[in-house]
Amino acid sequence: MTTAGRHMTSGCGAGLKPAHYRDILQGEPAVGWFEVHPENYMGAGGPPHAYLTEIRQRHALSLHGVGLSIGGPDPLDRAHLDRFKTLVDRYEPALVSEHLAWSTHQGQYFNDLLALPYSQETLNLVSDHVDQVQEHLGQRILLENPSTYVRFKDSTMDEVSFLKDVAGRTGCGLLLDINNVFVSCTNQGESPESYLDGFPFDLVGEVHLAGHAADEGGDQRLLIDTHDRPVSDPVWALYRRVIGQTGVLPTLIEWDSDIPEWQVLVGEVARADSILAAASSDEGARHVA
Amino acid sequence: MWHDTAGQFARSLIDPCRAVPDGLTGDSARFNVYRNNVAVGLRDILGETFPVVRDLVGDEFFSAMARAFGQVSPPRSPVLIEYGGGFADFIDGFEPARPLPYLADVARLEWAWHESYHAADAEPMSIDVLTDRNPSDIENLHFQVHPSLRLMRSDWPVASIWQAHQADTTSDLSSLPKGGEQIMVVRPYLSVEVRSLEPAAFEFAERVASGAPLGRVLEDLGDHPEWDASACLGALFDVGAVCRVV
Repeated sequence: MTTAGRHMTSGCGAGLKPAHYRDILQGEPAVGWFEVHPENYMGAGGPPHAYLTEIRQRHALSLHGVGLSIGGPDPLDRAHLDRFKTLVDRYEPALVSEHLAWSTHQGQYFNDLLALPYSQETLNLVSDHVDQVQEHLGQRILLENPSTYVRFKDSTMDEVSFLKDVAGRTGCGLLLDINNVFVSCTNQGESPESYLDGFPFDLVGEVHLAGHAADEGGDQRLLIDTHDRPVSDPVWALYRRVIGQTGVLPTLIEWDSDIPEWQVLVGEVARADSILAAASSDEGARHVA
Repeated sequence: MWHDTAGQFARSLIDPCRAVPDGLTGDSARFNVYRNNVAVGLRDILGETFPVVRDLVGDEFFSAMARAFGQVSPPRSPVLIEYGGGFADFIDGFEPARPLPYLADVARLEWAWHESYHAADAEPMSIDVLTDRNPSDIENLHFQVHPSLRLMRSDWPVASIWQAHQADTTSDLSSLPKGGEQIMVVRPYLSVEVRSLEPAAFEFAERVASGAPLGRVLEDLGDHPEWDASACLGALFDVGAVCRVV
């Protein structure tokens, strides 16, 4: 069914929103690849599948799950894994990712990506869950660092060590969300640069960029991961720093709320692309030297 | 144990009267970010599925109603396009909505629209398939309707109310019909169609959709005053509601 290659074209992609389906199919391709939340395509048919099928014929795709609750204490939802697998088979994504977070407890779904403690107990649990997901889907996944607002007394490891260990045990890759790094580090009173200095860049298969907001309640040191505005300047600076070290990585602009005109999103993608192009020409220069 | 901490976290998340869970360090007030995300997330999901209900009651009322619904009927699946099927019944019993007796049926229509939008795809059939059949054959035919077809009756003119709230509408609420409406919702291709039908045409569609052979449907409807069997049949095909004839 698909005609575009399965593999990601290099460069920056965008989160796919129904408001942009027609813009994407009408114009010249301004964005190389797209990412969707598979949960939004778990209906039987209708416009979501019709448009995604058409877009997939022209572009590579990434499936970015928000509902597997990999960090939750309950067993994984087999029915949800089956639905996810159906989409992997149908749309042949270049990348599949999920979050280091949880969202379901005893059958109730919370529609948010909740924080978990980082301990031996949760390391075992998350690793088991990632193994099960990869086995069920028949492919490697990338696990994303979350935005966090609280911390747990039971934590015995830092987030980066935890992610490294999960990847080491399961063979999964990592999705580095630089906005989440900035939001979490600000909220925890830590330095995002130090966080990134410890990050295992060799395991990163994708980077996310998004906008965040300051807390409306007046807590100056509290940032909320809102995905409702352009990427902030400090996050662009961190991105430049990361790409300067890693070279080109598939990068995605996420914008999930207060969805802008298509051209605004294209502008954000172009900004990331120019940073990637600079890194790419630096790499070329290094090879020549 | 993470299981216990998560249980406490989950209970505090949905019940704002409950204390912030033990086991967190630092500024525990930040737990409210998660509470707020969950409440706002549900409000937004319901608002996307029920935009006319939201328009009719305003954002503040809608938020409170969505929150109250979320407390008794939280999502049971991460597939949120399945969330909201019980919203209309909830509105029926929601005391503050009592001055708007049609509100629950508007929600029923929006849920029908939503189900139709996401229903399985199927190719609609042209009425031409009937042209070569002889009349006795036609009486024995069963029609398989499109998977997106939804039929509902209301004591209120909710299709007209719904229409008046569409962005591309030319109708307005000053010309609202009196009394109830019988409504057909169907999505033969990419657009969901919402039609208000005459009582006989509605009953005809209902009987055909139930799988009764055409002959029996015609018999049952025989004493309906002022109804035109071939017009009803033609309309059903025209809107793309028939997928198979057996």
